[in-house]
Amino acid sequence: MLKDITLGQYFPGQSPIHRFDPRLKVLMVVAYIVALFCADGLWAYLFCFSMLALCIGLSRIRPKMMLRGLKPVLFIICFTAVLNMFYTPGVVLWHWWIFTLTREGIFNALYMVSRIVMLIMCTALLTYTTSPIALTDALEYLLGPLKKLRVPVHEFTMMMTIALRFIPTLIEETDKIMSAQKARGADFESGNLIARAKALVPVLVPLFVSAFRRADELATAMECRLYHGGEGRTRLNELHFARLDLLGGVLTAACVAAVFVISHFWA
Amino acid sequence: MPPIIELKNVSFTYPHGEGKPESPPAVDNVSLSVEPGEFVAVLGHNGSGKSTLAKLFNAILTPTSGDVLIDGMNTRDESRLFDIRKTAGMVFQNPDNQIVATVVEEDVAFAPENMGLPSKEIRRRVDEALAAVGMSAFKRHAPHLLSGGQKQRIAIAGVLAMQPRAIVMDEPTAMLDPMGRAEVMRTILRLNRENGMTVVLITHHMDEAAQAGRVIVMNHGRMLLDGAPAEIFSQVDELRACSLAPPQTVALLDRLNRDLNAGLPLTALSVEQCADVIYHYLKG
Repeated sequence: MLKDITLGQYFPGQSPIHRFDPRLKVLMVVAYIVALFCADGLWAYLFCFSMLALCIGLSRIRPKMMLRGLKPVLFIICFTAVLNMFYTPGVVLWHWWIFTLTREGIFNALYMVSRIVMLIMCTALLTYTTSPIALTDALEYLLGPLKKLRVPVHEFTMMMTIALRFIPTLIEETDKIMSAQKARGADFESGNLIARAKALVPVLVPLFVSAFRRADELATAMECRLYHGGEGRTRLNELHFARLDLLGGVLTAACVAAVFVISHFWA
Repeated sequence: MPPIIELKNVSFTYPHGEGKPESPPAVDNVSLSVEPGEFVAVLGHNGSGKSTLAKLFNAILTPTSGDVLIDGMNTRDESRLFDIRKTAGMVFQNPDNQIVATVVEEDVAFAPENMGLPSKEIRRRVDEALAAVGMSAFKRHAPHLLSGGQKQRIAIAGVLAMQPRAIVMDEPTAMLDPMGRAEVMRTILRLNRENGMTVVLITHHMDEAAQAGRVIVMNHGRMLLDGAPAEIFSQVDELRACSLAPPQTVALLDRLNRDLNAGLPLTALSVEQCADVIYHYLKG
């Protein structure tokens, strides 16, 4: 059952959104987030939303999947909504105890919630349409300038790749260890939170030991395959910037500019 | 042609802790050479020093005394480390712990990427290596969804992509089920016979060693026997002395010899050969 998890939630496809250079996609997401935070007024928000809707439509990712990405942040969304509704000064509509509902509050809450929702959705769209390897490659490239400041960018992205590679292996191992412990009478399902957490200790210890052993073997195997850090390393799939990417980049820039104009001059 | 792998009076002792008595050498004064195109199986039971020997071939360990020469390069020479590892590729026991990437072809590309080859050349080598192990159809798959035998074939492809002159395999089938073992053995044999790849196979399975062209038996760090499989496996008593069971066919013939004084030759390594020998004996 644990084996079925999808790695990094990537849904392969051939849409233009999938085919964009991952470096460009990361930059597009950053630009979109900037635009979201600059947006002001109903029209600006509507414009941001239609941009996102267009991208989701193009990517052919089912809207249901997009909504699923919101689940983990549902609490934050509700919390933000409540805080904004009741604690924004303005025209009072309703008052009870420490709660004061204002007209400005309702608008603020709506804006904040849609801002968060769009933010999460656009980052989700990035991971849904970009393979983890392409994403780490893009990050390595984009963070490249930091190498000059002696930030170990290559090592960082290599760590990410290896972590992604070993998630399913370690999950499988956890499954095995838990079964072995259960066979000898361990109980993971009953008792309160503390009892359950304690029951996990005999699972975690062997898991850690084996993770260290694996790391050691992997390091030897990598050395035998001539790994010597990022220096002089080439790639099987070189990232290249195509005409489609140029178009996408220009369109994104235009849209961000449009959000600025709508927010600050038009309204 | 000069030998690809040459050991001259090689000994290796694992470093010991402060105040502890010195451990006996894991490899003790071994000399051998492997010629291009050979398929050598190194046999030995646990603690016989066979895995240590494999690590010496690839400069993972350097000998305490003596010299290991890979295509004429001494493994002590750190400046040649890359060329040594490129010449003698190494495959390990656990396929899970030697696969680096989340996509098969990216993993096979790992070594050529480290060599700094242009991406066209990497693509060519990846396709070639995957074809050589019969895994081309899986190149876009995630390795963790493959079977053990398939994973090990990917690991072999990952080494082939370096275009080594020899492959050293340290018990590549030890963690696989019988199906996976057969799959990997077929791949190894094909590489040796069709591509002329030099193979050194470390194993403790008799039936695997029987498929090699030459068998070396290790015991307590020493090289005990060295010869053709039929020649080695007929020395039943020596094999038993170093806790190795002879192949079942040989064991059967040996038993007939002992119990019935049949005087059969102990050279039958396949079931057919064995049946033939018994048939001729029964016929008179």
